[in-house]
Amino acid sequence: MNNSASIVAVILVSLASLAVGAFGLRVSRTMSDFYVASRGVSPVLNASAISGEYLSAASFLGVAGLILARGVDMLWLPIGWTAGYLLLLVFVAAPLRRSGAYTLPDFALLRLESGVARRLSSLLVVAIGLLYLIPQFQGAGLTLRTLTGAPSWVGQLAVAVVVCLNVLPGGMRSVTFVQAFHYWLKLLALLTPLFLLLGAVSNRSDDPDLGTVFVADWVEPLRGDHALYLTYSLVLATFLGTMGLPHVVVRFYTNRDGRAARRTTLAVLVLLSGFYLLPVVYGVIGRRVASDLVAAGRADSVVLELPSRLFEGPVAEGLTALLAAGAFAAFLSTSTGLVVSVAGVVSQDLVRWGAGHRQGIRAFRLSTVGVVAVALSLTVVAAGVPVAHAVELTFAVAASTFCPMLLLGIWWRGLTSPGAIAGMLVGGGLSMGAVVTTTFGVATTGWFGVVMQQPAAVSVPLAFATMVMVSLATRSHTPEHVARTMVRLHAPEHIDLNRGSFHPERWYRRPGVPHPDGPTDRGSGRTGDRPAEATTGAPTVASVAPVDVRPGPCVEGTSDGPQQPAYDSPGATAHRPGTTARRS
Amino acid sequence: MTSRGDTPPGAAPRGRMPAGDGRRPSDGARGAGEPRGRARVRVTSPRTSAARTRNVSIASEIDEQTRLGEVYITSLMRSQLRLALGVLLVLASTLGLLPLLFRAVPGVSDVQVLGVPLPWMLLTVVAFGEIIALGWFYVRWSERNEDTFSDLLDGDEPGA
Repeated sequence: MNNSASIVAVILVSLASLAVGAFGLRVSRTMSDFYVASRGVSPVLNASAISGEYLSAASFLGVAGLILARGVDMLWLPIGWTAGYLLLLVFVAAPLRRSGAYTLPDFALLRLESGVARRLSSLLVVAIGLLYLIPQFQGAGLTLRTLTGAPSWVGQLAVAVVVCLNVLPGGMRSVTFVQAFHYWLKLLALLTPLFLLLGAVSNRSDDPDLGTVFVADWVEPLRGDHALYLTYSLVLATFLGTMGLPHVVVRFYTNRDGRAARRTTLAVLVLLSGFYLLPVVYGVIGRRVASDLVAAGRADSVVLELPSRLFEGPVAEGLTALLAAGAFAAFLSTSTGLVVSVAGVVSQDLVRWGAGHRQGIRAFRLSTVGVVAVALSLTVVAAGVPVAHAVELTFAVAASTFCPMLLLGIWWRGLTSPGAIAGMLVGGGLSMGAVVTTTFGVATTGWFGVVMQQPAAVSVPLAFATMVMVSLATRSHTPEHVARTMVRLHAPEHIDLNRGSFHPERWYRRPGVPHPDGPTDRGSGRTGDRPAEATTGAPTVASVAPVDVRPGPCVEGTSDGPQQPAYDSPGATAHRPGTTARRS
Repeated sequence: MTSRGDTPPGAAPRGRMPAGDGRRPSDGARGAGEPRGRARVRVTSPRTSAARTRNVSIASEIDEQTRLGEVYITSLMRSQLRLALGVLLVLASTLGLLPLLFRAVPGVSDVQVLGVPLPWMLLTVVAFGEIIALGWFYVRWSERNEDTFSDLLDGDEPGA
């Protein structure tokens, strides 16, 4: 298929994204606390951005492909991806926002008060981020190959370049508008052709015998081998994995407060539910008119091929172009969000070269390029893994590591850092092992192969159990400020309470860096109007937080001296500091 | 909640001047209670009044991490956790049991709703509807829990 309209559409989407990004950069400069103090973002805009970032190539292309190929059991995928946000809502959303953490490693440091736990979290963020990036790049290659016949690497490279162009100048701060825009673009791109396609399908009379296409294995649930285990494992991974994705957490900081975080999440549930019905319909239509794609091994491209199966000429070209635009938007937004959050962690937690602000930005940009390059090469290595399956594995890893850390950390005072570390190692080790064996096809037979294919049902309970047992065995390591942390996580913001002095940025300050403007700057510091961010193209929340190593006061802090640990001494927190947020 | 550290707020000033900034480490209060007979004690007001009025807010109980403050925070956490687990339970006993249902009653696929096999209906429209409804329910009740908590704190605060 050679479709010039689609190429134009893809180029237009890229240009529009860059333009909206540039616009966002200007707007967010005038509303400097857009990200920092997080005011002024309505739940709907924020929810659009979250959904836009979350709906990846796997959702846009992969779900329809899997339903086409494997039928009703795959319906659990969109359900799980949506229900994941429900669990995020009920267990994590408000406390996570209230924690003030920018990233998962920040949260680990706040709750566990352990640098080791923080670094382990950073490593996991990188691992999960890369694993999630691979399917996005694969999706890009697939899209352009389907549209133009170009080899896969062309599409992959194209996305990598556009993502870099989007991230390098402004980082994440320019990206929020882009992602909100992408959600609606994706929704319209799937919805509009759907009416025409449905009309065309119902008018067709020369269908092959439907009985040969809609076979029992496809229509009826649980017909495959080990289907019950696979289904439950998939459900567990997707329900619990969402809260552990690095680019999801970052978004929660842009909510005004804990309640806004909840309402935003509720809006996300609505937006995702509305979206996920569409690929299902595509899958079913595909089964009817394009079931040969399964045998050809191109089930993933069903969404893009449907218009040309049902229409001819300019109509087919136009619809394909619209779908191509949506697909391109899908992996652009997700990979941009991932690259920003991973690069932020790499540049600050893992590499940490350069102490100053300028070096911080440079480190961030180098990390961005590095992350994209690594993801690209891994994409080539893992070429055989179907797009959506790689994403399933990512969810399994997130569900086996960050999910127990977050759930136990938020709701159980007893979680200690050795417990969390042990649990993340066990869960992460098992699920990553599964990823490796599946990717390279080492073990694919018998029960072992089945477990490796969907490791969550084994690795998640083991990770939880390890965390609880080790925590119970190491009670003496209970974090010193855990009581204060619990107040911070659970008490509504409008109540005037001492929430401790933790602030993520304090971690990034190096010992010995002088603080010339110490206490004098405190007032402006706590309103969130961080001058360094306002005047540079600093990438943000995920990354600026890391990058913005300005020698200034700590926001929300109670003292002004140079601290390396993110906490003040116990003495300093024992009374109610005048600078914590209070209403009356 | 009734351990020794859980000093009733009004009793705190015993053995001390009630004046000052209101900082009152609970450990100090406990220690001061024992040697009352020997140490010199200045009593500036009848001790009975101290027991009657609450001159320390719950907020500062929480701030100073007394047992009482912890009890309040724990009660908030419990109510929120109970709500969250309730939502999880509903989800698990409906959506979560579907695969078992499909396994136990294979004939379920023969049932058609609006021309669509029942499992397809359950796993799309019904499932998403339930997820949204549960989310809405949770948001409503969790905010109510928080309001109860903040009323509790406000109600006990003198002059609030």
